[in-house]
Amino acid sequence: MTTRLLPWLFVLVMAVGPLWLGDQYILYVLTSTGIFIIGAMSLNLLLGYTGQLSLGHIAFFGIGAYTSALLSLGFDLDLGGAEPFVLGPQPVWVAFLGGILVAALFGFLIGKLAFRVRGAYFVIVTISFAQVMRMVALNWVDLTEGPMALNNIPPLSVWLPWDGVIPLYRKEYNYLLVLAVAVVCFLVIQRLVQSRVGRALVALRENESLARSVGIDVTRYLVVATVIAAGMAGAAGGLYTHYIRIVDPDVFMFIYTVTMVIMVVTGGKGTLAGPIVGGLAFGVLPEVLREVARPEVQWIIYGVAMIVVVFFLPQGIVPAVKNWFAGRRKRVAATALGLRKETSA
Amino acid sequence: MSLALDTTDAPILEVREVAVHFSGLIAIASMSFAVPEGEIVSLIGPNGAGKTTAFNVITGFLKPTGGKVLFRGTDLTRLSSNRIAGLGVVRTFQRTSIFAGCTVFDNVLTGMHRQGRAETWGVLLRLASVRAETERMREAVAEILAFVGLSHRADELAGNLAYGEQRLLGIAIALAADPKLLLLDEPAAGLNPSETEAFMGVVQRIRDRGVTILLVEHDMRMVMTISDRVVVLNHGRIIAEGPPEVIRANPDVIQAYLGQGVKHAKG
Repeated sequence: MTTRLLPWLFVLVMAVGPLWLGDQYILYVLTSTGIFIIGAMSLNLLLGYTGQLSLGHIAFFGIGAYTSALLSLGFDLDLGGAEPFVLGPQPVWVAFLGGILVAALFGFLIGKLAFRVRGAYFVIVTISFAQVMRMVALNWVDLTEGPMALNNIPPLSVWLPWDGVIPLYRKEYNYLLVLAVAVVCFLVIQRLVQSRVGRALVALRENESLARSVGIDVTRYLVVATVIAAGMAGAAGGLYTHYIRIVDPDVFMFIYTVTMVIMVVTGGKGTLAGPIVGGLAFGVLPEVLREVARPEVQWIIYGVAMIVVVFFLPQGIVPAVKNWFAGRRKRVAATALGLRKETSA
Repeated sequence: MSLALDTTDAPILEVREVAVHFSGLIAIASMSFAVPEGEIVSLIGPNGAGKTTAFNVITGFLKPTGGKVLFRGTDLTRLSSNRIAGLGVVRTFQRTSIFAGCTVFDNVLTGMHRQGRAETWGVLLRLASVRAETERMREAVAEILAFVGLSHRADELAGNLAYGEQRLLGIAIALAADPKLLLLDEPAAGLNPSETEAFMGVVQRIRDRGVTILLVEHDMRMVMTISDRVVVLNHGRIIAEGPPEVIRANPDVIQAYLGQGVKHAKG
């Protein structure tokens, strides 16, 4: 019972706590960390559950960001015909959903590809994919404005009973929106991994030949996982673009994929809470360090903290904590049993 | 029991002139044999005779250079391994093959995959049919674990099991896939005599459930005790085929497979 309520208690604290503190800077840090945690959760579905290392995960994030931005701003596309294709500005939520769909479509293509090339080759292909996307965003100036970036992206809007439809300029609303999307993504992943579909994904990670020998269509389920993961990363990208309200090709930088991998691996890959714990720790840490240390020292501490976690808790923080509790419960039970024996003797 | 079966029935599996060449190396020259429904058929032969290669061809893990594999009339050589398993042709592996990071219970539950219908949307919407299916599958898993005698280990991580238990779990996973034809690749390898004895009992009880079994095994006592029919493979060719007592007396088999040791043994 308590284990069922614990996650909701966490959500409640996360929803009320920062608003109660009312510090705009804390809200900003938690919002951008939350966006990356959504990305990390989606990466965990691939890396943690299917065991496929995609080092181009930020590509889905960036595709979601750019698609959502372009759809909400409107764009014209010269495809070499007599008339350029012109699309006016779309409602922000339509743009947001469009970003998810386009990212999921690319997820489908990458998922299909993952079964042609595996292991190290897949890693290289995914890195290249993200790099190509960056080059496209940089050079297709007619569409993306290249390094000048897309500006003045409208914020997402929401209907409130007391205000009607309002654009989400305020940090509080953006923060709650990110939290809500994160909860939805968590529930989707939770239901998925605890089902027949999730067991097929884990089977692929644990032993692919055995999975095929009992009739699991591994290709199909890997594609399902990539599509869902890419769609979620696209949603995170959409949140990002409408929150920051500017997007440039740097959104595709490799370092962001690395950040998400760090969040997943330190928290515990293949666990539901892992990306959240790792994400909070390594998303908030740089901001905390910024207050107390010089820039070069910040990154040294960051690096050392990461190595310490990986070295001492190779499974990640969440499995380590779980094991510790399981061990303690056993010890408590053993002591209780010993006492009973003593008293009965 | 096997004598009661009508041998004029079409066999459940028919291997027809299957050949496997690895860029010039001939693993199987031309292999033909049939497995009658409801029997235990053993495929034996010295190391490198092509037994595991034959298994890989039948279960779609390897495409043959030529020939056909007919399961109830369907040619398996064109199908992917998971489709073949979907038809009810399920194998185990020579090396212990389990989902080591999952619990014993989840291992078998994963093996039940093709008996479930739940897909992404049903799972996300938590449809009643999906919940009922999960409930049904969990009961079936408990039944299979009891059948192989692993019920008391259900919550243990599969990787923590003893070697013999892991072999049993491999069988349990295969059984969960509801096989019509079960291919066992050296299931008794590395087991001690009493474990082998218990294993033979399990294999026979699987056959008694109506599952046809094709067995590759080096333990001759096991092969001769439980087989209804034995197929002998040497250098990629079939050199003998028949009931165990006939095979035991076949001079070619003694020469090619058992070698000189038998002469010494017979004194």
